[in-house]
Amino acid sequence: MIKLFSLKQQKKDGEVGGQKTGTKRASAAQLRITKDINELQLPKTCQTEFPDPDDLLNFKLIIMPDEGFYKGGRFVFSFKVGQGYPHEPPKVKCETMVYHPNIDLEGNVCLNILREDWKPVLTINSIIYGLQYLFLEPNPDDPLNKDAAEVLRSNRRLFEQNVSKSMRGGYVGSTYFERCLVK
Amino acid sequence: MANQVDEPMMVDGRVDSPGGSWPDRWNHVKKMLERAGPFAHPDFEPSPETIQFMLEVCKILVIGAGGLGCELLKDLALMGFRNIHVIDMDKIDVSNLNRQFLFRPKDVGKPKAETAAEFVNTRVPGCRVTPHYAKIQDFDGEFYRQFHIIVCGLDSILARRWMNGMVLSLINYEEDGSVDQSSIIPLIDGGTEGFKGNARVILPGITACMDCTLELYPPQVTYPMCTIAHTPRLPEHCIEWVRILLWPQEKPFGDNGKPREEREDIGIDGDDPAHVKWIYDKALERAEKYGISGVTYRLTQGVVKHIIPAVASTNAVIAASCATEVFKIATSCCNPLNNYMVFNDTEGLYTYTFEAEKKEDCLACSQVPQKFTFAPSAKLKDVIQYLCDNAATQMKAPGVTAIVDGRNKTLYMQTVESIEKRTRDNLTKTLEELGLADGQELVVADSTTPQSVIFKLNLSP
Ligand SMILES: [Zn+2]
Repeated sequence: MIKLFSLKQQKKDGEVGGQKTGTKRASAAQLRITKDINELQLPKTCQTEFPDPDDLLNFKLIIMPDEGFYKGGRFVFSFKVGQGYPHEPPKVKCETMVYHPNIDLEGNVCLNILREDWKPVLTINSIIYGLQYLFLEPNPDDPLNKDAAEVLRSNRRLFEQNVSKSMRGGYVGSTYFERCLVK
Repeated sequence: MANQVDEPMMVDGRVDSPGGSWPDRWNHVKKMLERAGPFAHPDFEPSPETIQFMLEVCKILVIGAGGLGCELLKDLALMGFRNIHVIDMDKIDVSNLNRQFLFRPKDVGKPKAETAAEFVNTRVPGCRVTPHYAKIQDFDGEFYRQFHIIVCGLDSILARRWMNGMVLSLINYEEDGSVDQSSIIPLIDGGTEGFKGNARVILPGITACMDCTLELYPPQVTYPMCTIAHTPRLPEHCIEWVRILLWPQEKPFGDNGKPREEREDIGIDGDDPAHVKWIYDKALERAEKYGISGVTYRLTQGVVKHIIPAVASTNAVIAASCATEVFKIATSCCNPLNNYMVFNDTEGLYTYTFEAEKKEDCLACSQVPQKFTFAPSAKLKDVIQYLCDNAATQMKAPGVTAIVDGRNKTLYMQTVESIEKRTRDNLTKTLEELGLADGQELVVADSTTPQSVIFKLNLSP
């Protein structure tokens, strides 16, 4: 068996073992996010923006879909990765107001892997692909914006019109959307 | 009633005496330490010195002075550990009193650590519990290094992982990559959830750590966002709706004079009754709208604070097990638990011990820093070139970060455009100019390794 300390061993601050004063080791969350960020394989419609390059835990994702209902739009998401990562998923919010069945007007996003189906083996890349997919295939069965979901289910043509109206900047029903077209 | 329990207690037939000792006081402990026994470890040598080590030298840190912490402090103090520190950031709430038995109604509102320490110091002669009304994150490695053993009675995985990371960061490695045993601070962790509990022993760098077994700790219960938003079925769904969706929208308790849009979002404080009441009222309205029953103030508080009902007897069992492990490790009189014990008395009594395995690729504990040597005048691009050219590493596009002056710093990352642009200038700076000191650890991520790798920088001219 390991004898961990001799009986007379008196411990004093900074005297026994360990690293030198002042050195701090990166947390497991930090090690993991460094790997995730370094290894990002972004789809061509996505970009990341790090307001502070020293802070890999807080960044923005910009999605510019090149097909589907949202073609030509520019949608910004904020990622906040906590020290619980990857045990806990990052907090993701949509900062661009968007007419979308799975994103509400406050920016909350209904994507299973962001909440109930999150697993530590998933990465930031998995979330980015999940978000990108939401723009290609909005899902009326998991509505967060119920009105948008009902329109998508009952009248795809009208949904398409509403989406382009919102992206150009204008009212859909009583809600005003800021313009978010790339050009 | 309340007065009686504050009177001195008879311990081993004697009440308090000057100097905190009397003949035969430690007989129950000496029976184990001063004679051989059938269950003692073969290498164990009975000796009167061992108890002196316990009484005079051994320094124990207890983290948490709640349900487990109160039990732990009592157990350790009565066992003969007298040099104990305790950290807790909470104050005593009236709901703690049913099981956190070092606290009395008059103590409500006082810091747990201070109250618990005072109680034990008064009650157990000679015992010196030093309280720290603080967060574990308020202390650094210098502080934690002074302890022989650390015992945790925590209720959060985040705090456990932080402590785990801390004791791991205190390990020294020998030249051959093996762990310098004198740098190990054993971490003993207890956890309870209703009638279930576990106790485990972690020898940092040697046995499975908290992160090796992260899958044993289920993530918090979460409900799908769309269920919360539109198809609630449970009272919890209604409370979560208020917490996640309505609160940030309404921003209650912000500056009420201002319109909603300009109000600051005051985060939810689960300890503020006004906040919980607000959430409760709104959740109740929503529950009524959907015909859901079961939203109560208590449940609201439970969901908001992620409270898991605590059972006093479970805490007692788990704390006793942890305290026994402290005793075994401190005295070497018996092999420690190897290394994870689960306990469940929901129906009947079930307990089981298994050896949680150390993960070879654990991010927290399997990171033996690789050493490399550079001159202080070497440039960052030389380091990156080395990582790419060296036969042992052969990296493709390494991203390098470090902690400089206590802050994370991204030195260079080629693969992310916005970071590359802003760290490019670092390439031509010298290591000295970048603030990297001798012994500095660099975190390197590259597609050629399954995870980030730590390099220890040896600066020599
Ligand atoms: Zn580990």
